[in-house]
Amino acid sequence: MSAVLELPQTNAMPVPRPSIDAVASLDHITKRFPNGVVALDNLCLTLRRGEVVALLGPNGAGKSTAVKLLMGLSSPTSGTVSIFGADPRNHSARMRTGVMLQVGKAPEMLRVREHIELFRGYYPNPMAYADIIKVAGLDGLESRFFGQLSGGQKQRVLFALALAGDPDLIFLDEPTVGLDIKSRRGMWAQIELLASRGKTVLLTTHYLEEADSLAQRIVVIDKGRIVCEGTPAEVKSLGSIAPGASNSRSMKIIRCATTIPPHALLNIPGVTSATVSGELTTILTSQAESTMREILALDPSLHSIDVQSPKLEDAFLALTGDHE
Amino acid sequence: MSTATLDLPSIKPLTRNISIFMRETRYEFLRLMRTRSFSFSVVGFPVVFYLFFGIIMNRGQQIGAISVAKYVLASYAVFGMVGAALFGIGVGLAADLAAGWLDLKRASPMPPLAYVLAKCCSAVFFGILIVSLLALMGITLGHVSLSLAEYGRMIALTVVGVIPFVCMGLALALLVPFSSAPGITNMIYLPMSFCGGLWVPLMFLPHFMQKIAVLMPTYHLGQLMLGAFGYASTGTTLSHWYGLLGFTLLMLGIAGTALRRLEQNS
Repeated sequence: MSAVLELPQTNAMPVPRPSIDAVASLDHITKRFPNGVVALDNLCLTLRRGEVVALLGPNGAGKSTAVKLLMGLSSPTSGTVSIFGADPRNHSARMRTGVMLQVGKAPEMLRVREHIELFRGYYPNPMAYADIIKVAGLDGLESRFFGQLSGGQKQRVLFALALAGDPDLIFLDEPTVGLDIKSRRGMWAQIELLASRGKTVLLTTHYLEEADSLAQRIVVIDKGRIVCEGTPAEVKSLGSIAPGASNSRSMKIIRCATTIPPHALLNIPGVTSATVSGELTTILTSQAESTMREILALDPSLHSIDVQSPKLEDAFLALTGDHE
Repeated sequence: MSTATLDLPSIKPLTRNISIFMRETRYEFLRLMRTRSFSFSVVGFPVVFYLFFGIIMNRGQQIGAISVAKYVLASYAVFGMVGAALFGIGVGLAADLAAGWLDLKRASPMPPLAYVLAKCCSAVFFGILIVSLLALMGITLGHVSLSLAEYGRMIALTVVGVIPFVCMGLALALLVPFSSAPGITNMIYLPMSFCGGLWVPLMFLPHFMQKIAVLMPTYHLGQLMLGAFGYASTGTTLSHWYGLLGFTLLMLGIAGTALRRLEQNS
């Protein structure tokens, strides 16, 4: 079972604490392809009712493989996948799931309402047609052919198809790609609404801002393993130190132009990394104030100092960088 | 930690599956019909060919007791339905596969059989459409006398005869990369039709070609269609059915292997 740090939520918006019911799980999953590539390595992931989980990772990390296993599109080499206690490869297990995938081309000569009717029909208790149109923002587009829609509108239709069955578990793969700001915020609002109704959402995205604002839990995958898991705030600070070390102090990034060499900087207490790029030195430290006092004392010619909290992007890059 | 289990309301799965299948077929057919590039060429090709080679070029000609226009009607009916199967299924499936749309359908609760049957039925409907159109042209423009029984046999043969070619379309879609699917399909479809004696009657082809015709499924279906008019030239009805069956099994085997290879790599 993967460790989840039990720190209090730091989001400003009150979010209902997800119940402890597990809705889907990947249990000690290993996926090895015939060409020898190990896409997932003894990975364990649990999704609980009512949470929004963001899956992050560089290309080739194993995100799509993990999601495909949960969707029942592929089989693990070892380990078990379960959705609502059943095998996702049974098509009847998918009656409570909805999927939004990045699709190159959906049938263009079907109207929007025909697409939605088709998908609604797969489910025993579909969402009301009018509700789907409203939630996906497709008013006025119902009679248009799919091929006549703009990229953003097509995205909204795919979102509608994911919601058509009023599912309890929803997979969203890059849901807001190609959407303008208004539509993106609109979709975020809908996703938050889904979570507040007790639905579970698994989101894969490259927009770290999206993961940061939507997810209650972020799971970072690299090379088939989970490297970090926790709330956005936890991931941001954990990403600043070596994985495996537990730390609840806040990390800071100090940038400055200094003549102090990196190996000397590493000797300063609290500093966990120091890198030089051109003129600028970047220092990662868990004791920002004392580090700053130290370097200012050591180097009177230090200038252009800048102190920041780690961003999700930096955490992500640090966590998924090459570990020698 | 409790696991929320699957607990569905009791809806008759059979009723729902049937309505899923009907809807899937209706929309597949609609979608194909609305795709002008498909519907115009799949219907237009055999219609134009028949117009030129069956009607205009052979006005009122007979070879013995055989009306040329009627003979050619049988050949082009087969030509048309084979095209409908290969392009409707083959290229359509290849497109869905390449675009990731098939993944979305597979990830939904749609029963996979509904998808395959819907594509099959659409091919049958297009086949019936083409055959009926050609028959109408033959009767009105080519002075072909077609009894209701003969027409009925043509339709029945269409319903069954598309199946081997649907399987071939399936195999092609799974084997051939999408970008080259239309080209490769044509490169197989046209020579296979010619070598099966669908364009030029078999008796007028060089001897060695008559020998290899027995390998062509188009030959076997063509002979069966001619048999519906009492015009079959070679082989027994049973031998042609065996030929088609063998071809279908071969194609299903190839499709199955290709599918397994795809799944292993996914």
